[in-house]
Amino acid sequence: MQTLFRNNIVDKQNIMDCVATGGNVKVLAKAIHSLSRIGEELYMEPMEDGLALRSVNSSRSAFACFLLSPLFFQRYQAPSDQSFRCKMPIKSVQAVFKSLTSLDRSVEKCRIQLNSEKSRLTITLHCKHGLLKTHNLSYQDCEGLQAVFDKESCANVLQAQPRLMVDTVLHFPPSLEEVNLSVSSDRVWLRNHVEDDTDSSRAMMTELCLSSEEFDHFAVGSQTSITFCLKELRGLLAFAESSGLPISMYFDEPGSPVILSVTDSVLEANFVLATLSEDSHPKNHVNTKRPDTEQPPDDFMSDDMDSFLIAMETSELPGPSHVPTSPPRPTSNRKHSFSEEEALAEGPPNKKFCSLFFGSVLPTPSQLPNQTMQSQEVLASDSEDENQTETS
Amino acid sequence: MPLSTQSQADIDQYILIASLDNARNLSNILKAISFRDHAIFNATQNGLKVTVEDSKCLQANAFIQADIFQEYIIKEDTVGFQVNLTVLLDCLTIFGGSTVPGVCTALRMCYNGYGYPLTLFLEEGGVVTVCKINTQEPEEPIDFDFCSTNVTNKVILQSDSLKEAFSELDMTSEVLQITMSPSHPYFRLSTFGNSGNAHYDYPKDSDMMELFQCTKIQTSRYKMSLLKPSTKALALSCKVSVRTDSRGFLSLQYLVRNDDGQICFVEYYCCPDEEVEEE
Repeated sequence: MQTLFRNNIVDKQNIMDCVATGGNVKVLAKAIHSLSRIGEELYMEPMEDGLALRSVNSSRSAFACFLLSPLFFQRYQAPSDQSFRCKMPIKSVQAVFKSLTSLDRSVEKCRIQLNSEKSRLTITLHCKHGLLKTHNLSYQDCEGLQAVFDKESCANVLQAQPRLMVDTVLHFPPSLEEVNLSVSSDRVWLRNHVEDDTDSSRAMMTELCLSSEEFDHFAVGSQTSITFCLKELRGLLAFAESSGLPISMYFDEPGSPVILSVTDSVLEANFVLATLSEDSHPKNHVNTKRPDTEQPPDDFMSDDMDSFLIAMETSELPGPSHVPTSPPRPTSNRKHSFSEEEALAEGPPNKKFCSLFFGSVLPTPSQLPNQTMQSQEVLASDSEDENQTETS
Repeated sequence: MPLSTQSQADIDQYILIASLDNARNLSNILKAISFRDHAIFNATQNGLKVTVEDSKCLQANAFIQADIFQEYIIKEDTVGFQVNLTVLLDCLTIFGGSTVPGVCTALRMCYNGYGYPLTLFLEEGGVVTVCKINTQEPEEPIDFDFCSTNVTNKVILQSDSLKEAFSELDMTSEVLQITMSPSHPYFRLSTFGNSGNAHYDYPKDSDMMELFQCTKIQTSRYKMSLLKPSTKALALSCKVSVRTDSRGFLSLQYLVRNDDGQICFVEYYCCPDEEVEEE
């Protein structure tokens, strides 16, 4: 009885304690790797229904979430009474899972523990020959990160084997930012997106046409054409290819986000990307076709944030009501400047993408003014102002 | 061998002659200690010892025994000189890397004595190159005074497992901390980097652990920048012995098999960055 008692005390200090074994260690590592293609930080939230790993890009136009159910793990212990969210530089977590290819041969077990007392995330890899690798990473508490999207309400749904998508994307240069996807009742076209002002005689145009028969599932509500960023998608494609799981695509009209999804019995991955809205004016525009858009107080509004409203209408996520993003706590200067560089690197194309969301909660009116404005760094133009660039 | 076309008179003037059918048996091992430009050569009846030092805190030695050489003639008790190691390695590999199996560079290394250059005769595929490298007065290598009687802890590991750990080490950490103890954690490598700390633990009963002799718990830290060059020696080796003495000085000894399966040794000595006696 003595030992039991001691264990219980130890468990209370551990916000989270989960163990992945065998091939799932590699799946976990690949999930983290594909999240790293989206953003610089890994957001972690252990919940009763699974461990959520999320990432967002600096212009908030791409979001990804992996939800690993308790069954994914050999052992899963998460807080039942408290919500806990943290984030850390994704490169630190990637460093734990080096040599991806030999992971399944060398690592037998991976244990992840969150100890709130020491503010440490401990990842322990039990490897062959008795070798034990322990990594203690520091994390920051943070607000929730959740893009709002509803796959079920999307008019168009496609599902394909990863091989099809990977082979299709191969035809486009790795540097290609934006791609255009058009669907009709029986066909899908994929083209590289070219700026209107580009000299058409110098641009290379690539167009691929796929028949609906190549897809496992093909449900097109009406002819649509959407444009989104391909680069951010490659992470999901790589993950799907290695897992062999089919990729589902959900989308509506231009301006509404496109969702790419990979699911199996123990995990669900969603990549949500903003699409170019029909009005190709450089400034962001809200999709005014949504009649029941909620109007937050005026202080909150600015052109950049208009599309925030799309998210707000369907969201009322539980949690304490405070501002969606707080200024970053003091961390190493290197981390800060890294995010600034990242934001700068996004470049002009992102100006046209509506920001997807964010903020897990509606800010209370009193808290709106300064903090909210500070936390918005949606446009690349904002990122040039160092003071306003944020990591969260 | 074509190099033997030298006249007897030429051969008589040399006080040291060392020949190899495959120059790689020398160049590979020298690459494992080539983190600085200058190397001190010390030849005795037993063979060749090459020493490279860094900031008086790190010393690397490569030992190539006399019986590794196809021909080894030494006419004095000890022959010492200093040369630019980078230049020497460039000469030894002057014919470039050969991809054809069986084709290698033959070497005859000759030294007339104090004040004379080191002469290298290199031959591959019938082509002979003669290199003369200026020598300098050899400096006295630091004596780290590391003797086996002072050794507190010693382990011998198979290199493969250490290779993996060293390739993953967090380079943002300024130090590498080594903990050796008769009890848990037995043998631990730790780093303290920007994102947190990491520990690599090798249990004493691991099948990679060939020898485990630890008398008391000892933790010492070494500058990562000093130990980094040792990964070259680790990469070449099949076994490594790690020893610390009562002062916290570190001795790493690597067992290297050359192209012909013969054994050579490379050792690294390193001063501790700060001594932490017990944790």
